[in-house]
Amino acid sequence: MVDDIIVRAVMRESLGTYDERESNEAPEDELPPGGVAVTIRGLTKKFGDHSVLHGIDLHVPAGQFLTIIGKSGCGKSTLLRILAGLDRPTAGEVRFDGRSSRQAPPVTRLMFQEPRLLPWASVFHNVEVGLGARRNTPGGDRRVRASLAAVGLDSRAADWPSVLSGGQKQRVALARALSSSPHFLALDEPLGALDALTRIEMQSLLEQVWRDQGFTAVLVTHDVTEALMLGDRVVLIEDGIVKLEIDVPIPRPRRRGSLQIAALEERILRHLFADGGYLERNVA
Amino acid sequence: MSDSQIAFGRFPTSGGEVLSSRRFLPALRGLLSTDAAGWAAPALLMLVWQITAQAGLLPANILPAPSDVAAAGWRLALSGELLDNVAASARRAGIGFAIGGSLAFAFGLLNGVSRIGEKLTDTTFQMIRNIPNLAMIPLVILWFGIEDSARIFLVSLGVFFPVYINTFHGIRTVDVQLVEMGRSYGMSQWQLFRRVILPGALPSIFVGLRYALGIMWLTLIVAETIAANSGIGYMAMTAREFMQIDVVVLSILLYALLGKLADSVARLLERATLQWHPAFQATPKGR
Repeated sequence: MVDDIIVRAVMRESLGTYDERESNEAPEDELPPGGVAVTIRGLTKKFGDHSVLHGIDLHVPAGQFLTIIGKSGCGKSTLLRILAGLDRPTAGEVRFDGRSSRQAPPVTRLMFQEPRLLPWASVFHNVEVGLGARRNTPGGDRRVRASLAAVGLDSRAADWPSVLSGGQKQRVALARALSSSPHFLALDEPLGALDALTRIEMQSLLEQVWRDQGFTAVLVTHDVTEALMLGDRVVLIEDGIVKLEIDVPIPRPRRRGSLQIAALEERILRHLFADGGYLERNVA
Repeated sequence: MSDSQIAFGRFPTSGGEVLSSRRFLPALRGLLSTDAAGWAAPALLMLVWQITAQAGLLPANILPAPSDVAAAGWRLALSGELLDNVAASARRAGIGFAIGGSLAFAFGLLNGVSRIGEKLTDTTFQMIRNIPNLAMIPLVILWFGIEDSARIFLVSLGVFFPVYINTFHGIRTVDVQLVEMGRSYGMSQWQLFRRVILPGALPSIFVGLRYALGIMWLTLIVAETIAANSGIGYMAMTAREFMQIDVVVLSILLYALLGKLADSVARLLERATLQWHPAFQATPKGR
């Protein structure tokens, strides 16, 4: 045990201090399963002199699926990393169900653009990573199995990640995020690197697990159609501020290519390319 | 520590995490099938050597035929001399490797994860590293005399640097994205080390291990030819005095064989622990 303490101390020194919120993983039953409301107030992030986010205010009701879109470099990923507790804001705060993240930490999971699976652990053990503090609890194995079944990969539990396709790897990453029944799932363009068909498949899978589990979801994407297919609400971020917020009152399951989706897409693109160049090229 | 022990046996039907005894058999089989091909070239070389020696193209006082070398080996084996000397060498190599290797591994881990440790010790290590190992022989003889401890010290010193540098480098080059993932999934520092950093550094650590095994024999050969009274090097030096060229050649071949043996063991370990690595991909289980 002495070794552990030394290693801990040594690693803290080299890897930087740890966000208290992550190390205090929510003990079982502290918060009931389901979603948490996420409130963002005056969130500002600066890297040196360069300001990425300028006072963002947003409220995501419990269980809502919010999508954030914006051009690359607009600060949307930074916002998501702050929500997931990976970065600290320069100013402003994030509250979950009205409380600060220190008081009652919800189980927050982040899905990255890359699957980030441990190549030396089987699919099963990769999903087990998602259990966090519940890793060695009695129901752990069952949770992992259930999570893998939810993404349709229960038969691949013993495989190495390297034998899976890109879409399957991202599904394992999703299972890993779901295994702890998160209250809040942050998704940082998780489908960005997938081919078009796998992407459509993954979108419906995401929608399905979100509807089954009821967590609050925030998805960052640069794909406007994806944002409209999945989001209850779409937020457009430009130059570090919220430029546009629109509700998507289209009933689910939504039909790709429906008129309602197309109309909203047009509206968002018009905002994104306010100079009109986009319209002339594509509508003509 | 209990964390690692539990993790090893927790889910028997899965691929497991790093080590499991059931992995060794398939790994051994894979190694044998590839090694059989590797032995063809040395065997052919032996054959050519034997033929040229028998045809009188190679004078026996320059290079005796393999059959003569084998006969010398048989003679020494019967007298028990061969086994004693090989055992003495293997003992020195083993102890030296264990001391130097474990110290190097410990410092490599420490300096890999800690900038303070690196600042305090790395410069010193880099300075010592650049002193040729064998240039220390006069000093080492003054320190330890001509006892076994002198030879063990030299082996430890030689083995230290390849293990240290590769362990250090392996830890520093672990994928930062995976470390970030581990942190965001609430891994403790110890879990992060056990499940992300150490497995990620393992391929590099094995490179250091194999390199160190080579240095281990190299150092020992030289150390044993200087003032030893047992060991393969000693056997070669005495044989030289009595003009027994067959025994000299036998000693050299023994070093080659023992070196190869050590390397094979390292490769076996490598195969067993790096099955996840595309370069060592064995047939996945449960298909």
